[in-house]
Amino acid sequence: MAGLVDVVLGGTFHAAVLFLVAAGLQLVFGVQKIVNLACGSFYALGAYFGITAVSIAISLGMPPLMFFPVLIVAGLAIGLVGFPIERVLRTIYRRDESYQLLITFGLLLMFQDVFRFLWGATPRTMDNVYLAYGTAHVLGVRVPTYNLLVITASLAIALGLGAFLERTKIGRIVRATAENRDMAEGLGIDASKIFALVFTVGCMLGTVGGALVVPSGAASLDMAVELVVESFAVVVIGGLGSMRGALVGALIVGVMRAAAISLMPELEMLSVYLVVVVVLIVRPAGLFGKAAA
Amino acid sequence: MSNHSIDIAGPSAVRRSMPRVSGLWVLLGLIAIMTMMPLVASPYALLLMLPFIGYSIALLGFNLLFGTTGLLSFGHAMFLGLGAYTAATLTSKFGVLSFEVLLLTAALVSGLVALVTGALCVRYTRIFFGMLTLAFGMLFHSFLFKFYSITGGDQGMRVLRPLLLGMEWRGGKTAFLTGPFYYYALALFALLSIAMWRISQSPFGLHLRAIRENAGKAAYVGVEIFRMRLAAFVVSAIYGGVGGTILAVTTGLADPELAYWTHSGNLVFMAVLGGSGTFAGPAIGALAFVLLQDFVMSITQYWRFVMGGVLVLLVLFMPQGLSGTIEALANRRRGGR
Repeated sequence: MAGLVDVVLGGTFHAAVLFLVAAGLQLVFGVQKIVNLACGSFYALGAYFGITAVSIAISLGMPPLMFFPVLIVAGLAIGLVGFPIERVLRTIYRRDESYQLLITFGLLLMFQDVFRFLWGATPRTMDNVYLAYGTAHVLGVRVPTYNLLVITASLAIALGLGAFLERTKIGRIVRATAENRDMAEGLGIDASKIFALVFTVGCMLGTVGGALVVPSGAASLDMAVELVVESFAVVVIGGLGSMRGALVGALIVGVMRAAAISLMPELEMLSVYLVVVVVLIVRPAGLFGKAAA
Repeated sequence: MSNHSIDIAGPSAVRRSMPRVSGLWVLLGLIAIMTMMPLVASPYALLLMLPFIGYSIALLGFNLLFGTTGLLSFGHAMFLGLGAYTAATLTSKFGVLSFEVLLLTAALVSGLVALVTGALCVRYTRIFFGMLTLAFGMLFHSFLFKFYSITGGDQGMRVLRPLLLGMEWRGGKTAFLTGPFYYYALALFALLSIAMWRISQSPFGLHLRAIRENAGKAAYVGVEIFRMRLAAFVVSAIYGGVGGTILAVTTGLADPELAYWTHSGNLVFMAVLGGSGTFAGPAIGALAFVLLQDFVMSITQYWRFVMGGVLVLLVLFMPQGLSGTIEALANRRRGGR
């Protein structure tokens, strides 16, 4: 029982972060129809920048308990790099998918060396703050309170994003642009502004995800390329372009990995890809995707 | 002056077939130059040519799928990995050293795996095809990475020096690679280029192009889309396996990175760099990639940044790749005012 709770909690923590990145990927794919391979770089960028921001904050005399909001603000702030990147990407929206994949692949390569230049090749950790909030007991299992905070924050972001897309005027415009760009422009919407907004928000989701995960682990050069395939798995399982799909997909991948790690470590990622393959064969559009995109 | 007008007025069929004919000749010319290289070039330059040959062979296959059939695989490195690990398993676990046996087994294994995975993948096109091939590639990578006892995990597996044509070759590693193995690989490259040329000019190749242009219409006139796509997938996998075997013998090691998704990305990079619309383009891309990477790595540790930047600029300003751009320039000059 305790083992099961452990797996579910660990998996959910991972899923919470994975959801943020995957949600960014979904948002950008839904509106711009671009599969953004650089989403992993945004995640890594958030992680590295989060470490720097927290260490600056602590050296300025901020109490360690403040590091959680610092991380969120740092993630949001560095997410603004999405804006100039969108300027570059906008020239290829109407080109073939292979070019879109390649250009974001190029960005991924470039980012990797930017991290190496700015933060060095050895993994960076953020010490002494992970357990600043202590540990909590959930159904007889001890978990760092921080993990629960991240899960809550991620859920809040999911709900907020949903409300933004469903309830607000801009959200409606975003959905209309996603549905039919030309028609939306015909109705007087400035699609390029919407694209810039959507890409920046998508980028922020990734950087916040990275910033939130880093206290529990380390920021390393490999994390970008590794996360790309994982968030791909989430998106494929959930269905391209669907927010609900990202949430469910992230939970499946997160819990699946946690279960595999505790039962058969060799199957850690293998199990995830197996699920992906099965989903693609049985329901190529994913669990929540629209048929035949 | 009059020459110009004749050129412009020439039937378009001639112009369209001209670059195609030259595609094979470009490759064979390149190979002819490379047979002369051992006379003048340093061993280092020759060692650099071996991965180029391996990648070129793999890309000949990759482009049958991408350029000719219009299917972008983002997991093609799996077949390079299969070829490499086949060579490693046979040489270091079973003591099979004949290079011909290695090549045939690698081709067979890649082809069989492609038959199974392809039957699932080619039912989809566009981004779904790319994602499914990516998933299969990563499935294979995590198998290589985690099953330590079979594959050596992240350490990889050693690939022993093979026998060429049943003969044992003495001398140091460099002497072997830059001598007999170099010529062997080059001859293989020439043979496989001619074979791929025949494939792409055959009715089968025509079917594939028809599928790329308009699958619905092709199906209407009787092209069996599924079987043709699957056949292209299997052929491209066989080329990938052979290319992977050459890469593995060159480095003497099969490691999981060969099957990682970024390696697949590099393959796409090479194809687009050279120009996937032409026959010789991908091989030219492989040459440019290998030389560029070697050069950039020698001057800075931040070579990924430069390569990534090249890729971004390429997509933005030269989407036709090197060969496509050269062709366009030549056409403009020929058809110039």
